[in-house]
Amino acid sequence: MPETRNSGNGSNGNGIRVGVYVCHCGTNIAGTIDVKAVSEYAAGVPGVVVSRDYKYMCSDPGQALIQQDVREYDLNRVVVASCSPLLHEPTFRRAIDRAGLNPFLLQMVNIREHDSWVHLDKQAATAKAKDLIRAAVRRVALHKPLQKRRVPINPNVLVVGGGIAGIHAALTLAEAGKHVYLVEREPTIGGHMAKFDKTFPTLDCAACILTPKMTTVGSHPRITLWTYSEVMKVSGYVGNYRVQVKRKPRYIIEDLCLGCQECITACVYKEGKTPDEFNLGLSKRKPVYLPFPQAVPQKVVIDPETCIEFKSRKCKKTCVEACGERQAIDFTQKETLEEIDVGAVVLATGFRSFDAARNAYYGYGRYRNVYTSLEVERLINAAGPTGGEIVLRDGKRPQAVGIVHCVGSRDANTNRWCSKVCCMYSLKLAHLIKERTGAEVYNFYIDMRTPGKGYEEFYDRLLDEGVHFVRGRVAEVSDWAARSSEEGKLIIRVEDTLAAFVRRIPVDMVVLSVGLEPQADAQAVRRMFNISCSSEGWFLERHPKLAPVSTFTEGVYIAGACQGPKDIPDSVAQAGAAAAEAMALIDSQFVELEPYTAFITEEECSGCKSCIPLCPYQAISFAEEKKRAAINEVLCKGCGTCVAACPSGSIHQNFFEDEEIFEEIEGVLAYA
Amino acid sequence: MRNRQLSPPPVPRGAFEPRIVAFFCNWCTYLAADLAGTSRMKYAPNVRVVRLMCSGRVDPQFVLDAFAQGADGVLIGGCHPGDCHYQEGNYKTLRRYHLLKRVLREMGIEEDRFRLEWISAAEADRLRIAVNDMVEKVRALGPLDLTPKAEEIQEEVTV
Amino acid sequence: MKYAYYPGCSLRGTGRAYEESLLAVFRSLEIEAQELDDWNCCGATTYLSVDELTSYALAARNLALAERERMDIIAPCAACYLVLNKTQRYIRDYPDIKTVVSRALTAIGLEYRDRVRVRHPLDVFLNDIGVKAIAAKVVKPLKGLKVAPYYGCQIVRPYATFDDQRNPTTMDRLLEACGATVIPYTLKTRCCGGSQKGTLPEVGLDLIRYLITEAQKNGADVIATVCPLCQFNLECFQKEASGQLRDAQFRRDPLSIPVLYFTQLMALALGAPGVTIGMERSLVPIEPVLAAKEIAYA
Repeated sequence: MPETRNSGNGSNGNGIRVGVYVCHCGTNIAGTIDVKAVSEYAAGVPGVVVSRDYKYMCSDPGQALIQQDVREYDLNRVVVASCSPLLHEPTFRRAIDRAGLNPFLLQMVNIREHDSWVHLDKQAATAKAKDLIRAAVRRVALHKPLQKRRVPINPNVLVVGGGIAGIHAALTLAEAGKHVYLVEREPTIGGHMAKFDKTFPTLDCAACILTPKMTTVGSHPRITLWTYSEVMKVSGYVGNYRVQVKRKPRYIIEDLCLGCQECITACVYKEGKTPDEFNLGLSKRKPVYLPFPQAVPQKVVIDPETCIEFKSRKCKKTCVEACGERQAIDFTQKETLEEIDVGAVVLATGFRSFDAARNAYYGYGRYRNVYTSLEVERLINAAGPTGGEIVLRDGKRPQAVGIVHCVGSRDANTNRWCSKVCCMYSLKLAHLIKERTGAEVYNFYIDMRTPGKGYEEFYDRLLDEGVHFVRGRVAEVSDWAARSSEEGKLIIRVEDTLAAFVRRIPVDMVVLSVGLEPQADAQAVRRMFNISCSSEGWFLERHPKLAPVSTFTEGVYIAGACQGPKDIPDSVAQAGAAAAEAMALIDSQFVELEPYTAFITEEECSGCKSCIPLCPYQAISFAEEKKRAAINEVLCKGCGTCVAACPSGSIHQNFFEDEEIFEEIEGVLAYA
Repeated sequence: MRNRQLSPPPVPRGAFEPRIVAFFCNWCTYLAADLAGTSRMKYAPNVRVVRLMCSGRVDPQFVLDAFAQGADGVLIGGCHPGDCHYQEGNYKTLRRYHLLKRVLREMGIEEDRFRLEWISAAEADRLRIAVNDMVEKVRALGPLDLTPKAEEIQEEVTV
Repeated sequence: MKYAYYPGCSLRGTGRAYEESLLAVFRSLEIEAQELDDWNCCGATTYLSVDELTSYALAARNLALAERERMDIIAPCAACYLVLNKTQRYIRDYPDIKTVVSRALTAIGLEYRDRVRVRHPLDVFLNDIGVKAIAAKVVKPLKGLKVAPYYGCQIVRPYATFDDQRNPTTMDRLLEACGATVIPYTLKTRCCGGSQKGTLPEVGLDLIRYLITEAQKNGADVIATVCPLCQFNLECFQKEASGQLRDAQFRRDPLSIPVLYFTQLMALALGAPGVTIGMERSLVPIEPVLAAKEIAYA
């Protein structure tokens, strides 16, 4: 089984007996580094009792090799030179643990990602491997047997964001018996999906499939639904997060409001004057309003910016009158701060649409009949501002409509990525517009991206329905006419790349298929939860292929469009996955934390207090009676900043002791 | 224009090979180095990485010890300001770095031998460029020889 | 500060009015501009398509001369402006071009170290002098005069250095400072056809027609330009372009609108008599328009 084995130089006199294992990783390492020479060299380093090289150390036989040696050679330290510790440190720690050796008596050496994969000069790569292993052997001699800390896990879960992903995650968790806090910024849950009319490719009514889930969330005994609320602060660690949530005042006592909406009818404003956010400004609402008819919770909201009572304190308050005995309106309501303890967090904060005004050449904001796709969704929706009629601003039906794909996406000037859903929703809009208005519909696309189940078939259907497809990126939407037939129209100028000429197509209405972007406050949110964002601003998953819903911060999961543009089925799938992973964490009852904590050797502490303000987690306190600093092991996250700062050297860090690091430094620099 | 150099420049035989010790933080720079590996980027083999959980763990003594033990250069890699996995560790690193640079200057250690880079987990290319650049700069400075300065100081303190 | 004024060939030829009015504006605004001594033709777009490297060297000679005087260049002609800018960038970005150009300059005792800036008068007026200072010096506000601000393509494409590429407003603001009313003009950066009028007349005339029709449709009394070729195209072929109106329903009165340089309008507002700034040479007379708005010509 073993490839080569070298008798080591023998223990170094301190009773330290090290086993060194050099992995070939097939040809990944062995192709560049002379693994046999390295293993032979390691055998000669003081303290090394046995040194081997093997094809795949992480495999079962590879691990068995180590375990056998631990027993046979009475090893008390192990060095594995292979891939990145971020990949297999846990694997090898478990392996030696099973052989009866404390898992922290292992040091891994990265000779793949940091060596064989990045250097062309084989001699230099081999020399580097030797240096690194020599350093590891010197360092591992000082490793102490450490114990992972076990902390109990709070079984509650926080879900941030009440769109379809957040809703699905919350329901899955609640059904499994967990208590869920669902925090949503808007006065109602439902997210973007609540605004859609139909969903592709089945043309299911969005509200019909969404509202049952919303209602279940609203009435589920294990879900605490806090709408019109935002997370303000997060502290703690996996299994034990303390979260501060700000609840904004609706000026309505939620428990008393029946959602009858008499107050809205009775409001002194005879008609709405404020642009309605849900209808994207296409209609107006009153200061007291219900976001949309199927809002959950079915409670009204009063907007203090536009309500007369807040401005002048002299309103007749006909709303209060209309509410009558229920007395659900309370103008004195204040914002409250709630603190909750949860074990895991699922972030499902969704996306933001690309602001079409950024592409000035498409005329959004300049020409009245240029709409964004979301605005057209509201027009199409029967509960929308036009009662489901697709009409121009002057109320007339359009005779020709142009749908422009990739607005803001696939563009070096704005967003480079493809937003994944726009081709499909553009096809959906094309179908609905043609069906309702009989207009000539043109779709202007770069590529037609229809990868899901039933998507390509939906596209075929559109081709049969007589929708025109022009392959070309629209260069400009303008209103200047080159001939009389173009007067009064919006002209779309585009190169028809399949027909190989530039076309001017006059239409009445232009629909801009805007792409998806991260939310405006994504950076602020991710800092609060201590996760990272990718360079484009989406929340960063632990691994793009194998771990799409977990993050590098244990206990924090991500689901839905906040992780990257995706459609509803994928958002729901991710939400289920995130819920499952959160459940797995919670059901294991205890979480084991890395023991990389700092500790103070009391006798050596001089009481100078330099360390105290350095800790961002306030883990260091000053014990007045003893006049010494003390570290709370539970709060310490193991960054080591205080360790480096302590003038007397009385603070130490487990696994990253000064002595260990010095040995490593001196080890890499000592000559072979 | 992007740096199109995909491999480090060939070095003539017998040229001085700088030895550089690097302290990379676990969450950003170490990950970036891993990413450089999985992407099969190529850079100079002169760097030896010591992994720490946070760049804030870098004790100035580590840097001094590295130079004392024969390193020709020391590189610290951490997260961008504001992105530290432990909130603020990298700010402490920044402070220490500036002070330490002054001290090193007094000891005759040139500026280019001690470098601090903010490299996030996704910035593998930045790492490659930083390593190659530093190796060349240190190569141009030659091996670090502290003996003359040590003798100078010895003379000063000898009564 | 002192600027090196680079007229370029067209300002001494058909674009004479541009120079006359530009110098008048310099005087009124007390801008110290000294003609670049011994300047040579920039090559414009033509020479670049004949021999690229030599063209850069030719253009770079002017850059080197200005650099020697330690002055920034003001290049009013849009083509010169673009060529000089392009030369600067290409020397910066392409070492091969830099080598050839350096050699050529060295041979005539010059060097270029990328220390000079190439500015357009629009940029200098708006950003170095400012709208307030200009408005303060206006003696004949162009009140009631509706102007279509036509930028053309070369000062915004491919490089938009001092203004927005799709919707520049520098000229708009300067003309407004002079009291004029600037009409919304969607085609303000649409190409006039350049040399197409000569090479592909049916295309060139169409492009000219769109620009003038759109200006007239929006109620413009005059079109203001920044480029001698644009000015030439728009002014000189209005009758011919009218003949292009094939669509009977679209036929308007024959296209007829004065086309001036923006500096002529500015100079007028700043007090220069019309006859000193080339206004009497307009093929479509401007005097009646000014008279109708009660703006003094003399």
